[in-house]
Amino acid sequence: MTEKKPFDVEKIRQQFPILQRKVKGKDLVYFDNAATSQKPQAVIDTINSYYTQCNANIHRGLHTLADEATAKYEESRVSVKEFIGAATHQEIIFTKGTTDGINIVASSWGRANLNAGDEVIISTLEHHSNIVPWQMIAAERGAILKVIPIDDEGVIDIEAFKKMLSEKTKMVSIIHVSNALGVINPVEEIIKLSHEKNALVMLDGAQSAVHLDIDVTQLDCDFFVFSAHKIYGPTGVGVLYGKKHLLEAMPPYQGGGEMIKEVSFEKTTYNELPFKFEAGTPNIGDVIAIKTAIDFIKEEGKEAMRQHEDHLLMYATEKLRTIEGLKIIGDVLNKVSLISFVIDGVHPQDLAILLDNQGIAVRTGHHCAQPLMKRLGIVGTTRASFAAYNTIEEIDKLVVALNKAIKMLK
Amino acid sequence: MADIKQIKEIEQTLIEDFSLFDEWEEKYEYLIDLGKKLSPLSAEFKTEDYKIKGCQSSVWIHSSYREGRVYFEGDSDAIIVKGLVSLMIMVLSGQQPKDIVEAPLDFINQIGLSSHLAQTRSNGLRAMIKQMKMDAGAWGHLV
Repeated sequence: MTEKKPFDVEKIRQQFPILQRKVKGKDLVYFDNAATSQKPQAVIDTINSYYTQCNANIHRGLHTLADEATAKYEESRVSVKEFIGAATHQEIIFTKGTTDGINIVASSWGRANLNAGDEVIISTLEHHSNIVPWQMIAAERGAILKVIPIDDEGVIDIEAFKKMLSEKTKMVSIIHVSNALGVINPVEEIIKLSHEKNALVMLDGAQSAVHLDIDVTQLDCDFFVFSAHKIYGPTGVGVLYGKKHLLEAMPPYQGGGEMIKEVSFEKTTYNELPFKFEAGTPNIGDVIAIKTAIDFIKEEGKEAMRQHEDHLLMYATEKLRTIEGLKIIGDVLNKVSLISFVIDGVHPQDLAILLDNQGIAVRTGHHCAQPLMKRLGIVGTTRASFAAYNTIEEIDKLVVALNKAIKMLK
Repeated sequence: MADIKQIKEIEQTLIEDFSLFDEWEEKYEYLIDLGKKLSPLSAEFKTEDYKIKGCQSSVWIHSSYREGRVYFEGDSDAIIVKGLVSLMIMVLSGQQPKDIVEAPLDFINQIGLSSHLAQTRSNGLRAMIKQMKMDAGAWGHLV
């Protein structure tokens, strides 16, 4: 066994320059990690170094810079492949992010495979990005969108799901971890049940990729999508994983350079995977930096980070429970380090404004999950989401700031 | 021109009022207090028709017209935003349509609230101002 280095939050914090800044004259407390995580210096350096040292267009050029840029770009793909346990690098498509990945599948796979009367199943917990693309393709193809109900804590009703599944079900597209509540969905069971009916499963891994160990081969999911910016990487890039035979059978999503083998005005043949789905010059520098973000996670250890974050979650849950009138939504054991809550008689927006004035960044509102908020009968929540660089002291600051805000508002 | 000056005068008073506060807490407590004291909007106007949807909170604005002047009442489900509604009503209610439409309303940037409160689309302030100006324009047949 290799010796694990102890988890040192101060050493991690030192790697994130933004954590040094002040907000409204106070030390920044950044608890909006579920929206986007901050970036370690190494990621920032990689992007900088790409533009200062090896900027060139990839895959085509026959010169040193193009070679180096291509090598780094493809190294990033291999790194992602290992990060999520894909069988081959050909199953890793670089995208603009989670939303883009879902749109590619809904549009490309959906157009080729969905017919009138076919059914796509999603859940009440979905982010709008896993609702709207399916509504669009369902409307186009005459397919039907079905929604798995949840209980009051945001737990999926698996019995209802079983009843929903049928030979008409072609796709089950599910959020792996709820962005609004943090609840982890029973995806293993969902995948098993879906496959029994020959339905495919796509997991929206936007929230899970950073917190949970992901092995798409073991999970046996058919598609998995996530964004780099939520795993300490840059914005604007992400990943679509798809089983090779499924991606091969799917028509291209966009036409252009890079995705072709041969073009004539009569007929065009398409490039092989993964390039078939990467038309045009990609966001090379940021894709290269995905590897740096993954290296950062590997270096610190996902398990060690998770233990630290779980500790923060438990501590915060305990402290927030002492606040009168505060109710945690999604108060279950099986969740990631994120707390969503409402406070009697306090509007989330008022709370966010008063917390911001105390240097604390949280997210408030519907979290792009309006149907979920409607189901829960609330206008929105306040969400504090933790990352590896957050501390117990910061949670204490949140509690003090919350009490102050409540006192001002009541 | 007298009326534009009047809006300006009210704005100036508000800027002076807010400048008396040293701490951010005092500014917000004042705003929260304004929100709490705002006369309630009659239930008949607290409907979808009068609702201006922000990203996070809702604002209701109702206007009426008497003797060449536009009168506003309003509400919000968030108390700080309701304080902003109250400020806008103080400045614009009872003014003439043309003056309301033409008012630059730059006092908001000068009373020292968080820039996000004064500027972003999330709180619906921009939408609120737009609605009040549109109402005024319609009453004054300016549009």
